[in-house]
Amino acid sequence: MTTYIIIYGLVGAALTASVIKSKEKTKKAFKIAFKAFMKSLPSLLAILGIVGLILGVLPPETIESMVGAEAGFTATIVAAILGAVTLIPSLIAFPLAGSLLRSGATVMTISAFVTTLVMVGFVTAPMEIKILGKKFTVLRNVLGFIAALVIAFVMGMIL
Amino acid sequence: MKKTMKRWVFPIIIVLIFASLALFSANTAERSLNVTFDYLKEMAIIMPPVFLLMGLIEVWVPKNKIEKWLGRGSRIKGGILSVALGTLPAGPLYVAFPIAASLLKKGASVTNMVLFLGAWAALKIPQIMVEVEFLGVAFAGLRFVLTLTALIIIGLLMELILKRQTDQDWLPKTENENQ
Repeated sequence: MTTYIIIYGLVGAALTASVIKSKEKTKKAFKIAFKAFMKSLPSLLAILGIVGLILGVLPPETIESMVGAEAGFTATIVAAILGAVTLIPSLIAFPLAGSLLRSGATVMTISAFVTTLVMVGFVTAPMEIKILGKKFTVLRNVLGFIAALVIAFVMGMIL
Repeated sequence: MKKTMKRWVFPIIIVLIFASLALFSANTAERSLNVTFDYLKEMAIIMPPVFLLMGLIEVWVPKNKIEKWLGRGSRIKGGILSVALGTLPAGPLYVAFPIAASLLKKGASVTNMVLFLGAWAALKIPQIMVEVEFLGVAFAGLRFVLTLTALIIIGLLMELILKRQTDQDWLPKTENENQ
């Protein structure tokens, strides 16, 4: 809810200022926005479908059984991959991670899951490629995945 | 026309997967469909103003200002500004892609945009509050520090790799190149 208020407030204020300063330029901004929107619409819709499919096939309970207590180092790798390919809102992801931790998963596994979840966007990659380019996207996500593994390892050592 | 069609290949494949899933397991398909609709609602509300903001940035923000604030010469100040912009509570990561693209086009450095996207995804203030609640201060704090460090390294590395490319030709062009 706050998200919506912030975005709409910000854009509303910017739009008002824009209209006051120049109607012409505002019209142009709308045109640019519309074109860009139509261009990314297919990949946006595809992302929604993939997110739905992944969360439908892999509900939180399934994830729990995959990275649970006794799985060891394999669990860390599985967790990192799960985090990379899923797109779970933090309001669901952190409670899930917390309950996994309490039920016996290691800190390394949980931090691998959380870090790749937020740093690597496999599902959003098609859209990122369309908007920011293939090289940028691949580099950012691959490096992010490697970094996430390192972070998980360090956190497992320290905590 | 052909290009427009090509864009829809991917979504159509997804629809086909949904259809075949429905044949095998109606329950799973229904659950998936529900999740998809939840996200669709969110996206329908969030994306229009985001793209409009992108349009407004494109039209109004002068290139030299962005270059000065977020460009290669902006150093630590630009980095801090990028992270600060990223931590604002403003929705999922795909919201940030168009914003990052228009800032890049206006002269922001790759490092700063990696920091911006990374902070947006991994260091959001409301998200960290949830993290502290469920995983503890030590976990959240350590992850914050390590992630920020990693983002700086990734950013500098990407700047180095992508700089060799002539003048952002790795960035897809929008139809309105008018600076």
